[in-house]
Amino acid sequence: MLIGNYKETYASDEAVFRTPAVRGWMVALAVAAMVFPFVAGDYLLYLVNLMGVLALAALGLNVLIGFTGQISLGHAAFMGVGSYTAAILATRFGLSFWLSIPAGGVAACAAGMIVGVPSLRIRGLYLAIATLAAQVIFEWAFTNWTSVTGGIRGINVPPARILGAPIDDDRRAYFLIQAVVAVHFLLAANLRRSRWGRAFVAVRDRDIAAEIVGVNLFRTKILAFMVSSYYAGIAGGLWVYFMKVVTPENFPLSLSIQYLAMVVVGGLGSIPGTIFGTVFMTMVPELLKLGTGLARAVWPDAQSYLFPLRDVVFGVLIVVFLIFEPHGLAEMWNRLKRFFALWPFEK
Amino acid sequence: MDHLLQLLVSGVVTGGIYALVAMGFVVVYKATRVINFATGELMMLGAFFAYSAMTALQVPFAVALAVAVLASASVGAATERLVLRPLLGQRAISVIMVTIGLAAVFKGLAQVVWSGEYRSFPPIFPRAPVALGPIILPSRQLYPFLIAVAAIAVVALGFRFTRTGIAMRATADDQAAAFSMGIDIRRVFSLAWMLAAITAAVAGIVVGVIGGISPQLGAIGLRMFPVVILGGLDSIAGALVGGVIIGVLENLAGGYLDPLLEGTSVKEVVPFVVLVLVLMIRPYGLFGTREVERL
Repeated sequence: MLIGNYKETYASDEAVFRTPAVRGWMVALAVAAMVFPFVAGDYLLYLVNLMGVLALAALGLNVLIGFTGQISLGHAAFMGVGSYTAAILATRFGLSFWLSIPAGGVAACAAGMIVGVPSLRIRGLYLAIATLAAQVIFEWAFTNWTSVTGGIRGINVPPARILGAPIDDDRRAYFLIQAVVAVHFLLAANLRRSRWGRAFVAVRDRDIAAEIVGVNLFRTKILAFMVSSYYAGIAGGLWVYFMKVVTPENFPLSLSIQYLAMVVVGGLGSIPGTIFGTVFMTMVPELLKLGTGLARAVWPDAQSYLFPLRDVVFGVLIVVFLIFEPHGLAEMWNRLKRFFALWPFEK
Repeated sequence: MDHLLQLLVSGVVTGGIYALVAMGFVVVYKATRVINFATGELMMLGAFFAYSAMTALQVPFAVALAVAVLASASVGAATERLVLRPLLGQRAISVIMVTIGLAAVFKGLAQVVWSGEYRSFPPIFPRAPVALGPIILPSRQLYPFLIAVAAIAVVALGFRFTRTGIAMRATADDQAAAFSMGIDIRRVFSLAWMLAAITAAVAGIVVGVIGGISPQLGAIGLRMFPVVILGGLDSIAGALVGGVIIGVLENLAGGYLDPLLEGTSVKEVVPFVVLVLVLMIRPYGLFGTREVERL
């Protein structure tokens, strides 16, 4: 329970980190993040890097679905556009990652602008299907436009270089990824409280009322698509330097669905929810792998069931969350905080 | 000229099969305003039920078909009761995600029960190809087309003329009004999902007979969106027309554009380009009902 928490200026009321406690925790988190790569095992470090990239893309999707209420089934395609742009600029034009990753973001942003154009005429389910079409078309282009993308062979990318030192191990990549992710998460939090963020939310809640109040629907929706695909593009660029190679198989429809799952399970419209969702959806398959490995002692065949079990667990988690906790992990976290705020009193 | 004719006819016939798959989507949407992303997996389950009936239980095809229909109907009813009813009235993204989750569950369970191998269905159509003038049609294309047309006709007429069909359409149109007229909404939803599962099972068996069965059979489901949208999300006749048009366009693209583009295959992407065009120009498709927005 917050006592004595009154604001005297508009600036302090609108702040992203509102109380000294929150600011303190953020500092602690930053310190922990700095220390983490030196104490964590190799595989865990790799997973955290992967989750960082995925969380960035998932955040973009959350801006589109959670803030603006537009459904997109093509997020992986935008990530692919960003990846391929960064890879092509890095290999064919020799640009450094300082230029190629943002260029990937901008290219994905342009793609998002094109894909968002149908939102002028169609809404809801139909728009979702249009994004599905975009996913299929982009995927086809990645595989078949061989002159540009190298087809199924993909493109190999040399490691990023900062001041001459190559970023070729997970620890250095960690700092790069976390820096980019942190900046973009702050940007998203800032966007939420800005004029455009309020326009997004207005479009989500009652778009016709928003239009009456003066929000330009088309421009807002296009902007949402652009921001969301920019995030996906940056994530794609980071992915390329992290994985050192990009192939068309990296961006299938199932990745788009995974992003959807991360955003929905984490909590639509919630920024910490994005992180919860990403971590949850990445770690559950890992735990399952661990579990089937352990079960091998009792049940020798366990590991051959890993892939189908992953599908079943994925599906069951989504269904269970949607039925019992539609607001996702963020809501569970908020409930927990509220519980302890008043503990030992109830409500 | 013969080549063109062959492409056209073969496209029409393939289109019939697409229409059968698309009908699975249309039936669900027509009755519940939900797009069921698990249609492909329901198809796959239906095919596996029939396959198991024929191989493990050694029954003739007609009985296997009945078994598959009953089993799929139960799956559909259970799905509706356990998963979709709690989500009545929730936003579209939730319902889409739940059907996607269901698709994953079905696929995983099928792989656990039947293993991921690819199997061929015991042959049920006569082997000989059929000649229509200068066109030769393989039996595995023609008979499924006839089955598709028959199934579509039955379902379309059912929706139009039976009381249950009218009840379903009324429920989809305006739940509250239907309820106040005495229609049992819960039963309508159960029936709708059972019907959807049955049509998906029939489509799945047909596709399985043509191309073999595996847990991946469901992947064809999402490829049918162009057909569904072109025909109109709530039009069964539209599914047939849309299927035929997409089948023909696909074949023509494959026959004429592929050789021009040396090696790249446009065949897969042409339906989705058509989908985008349809969504831009006429989102409700050829026969879909125009949604009137009331503030």
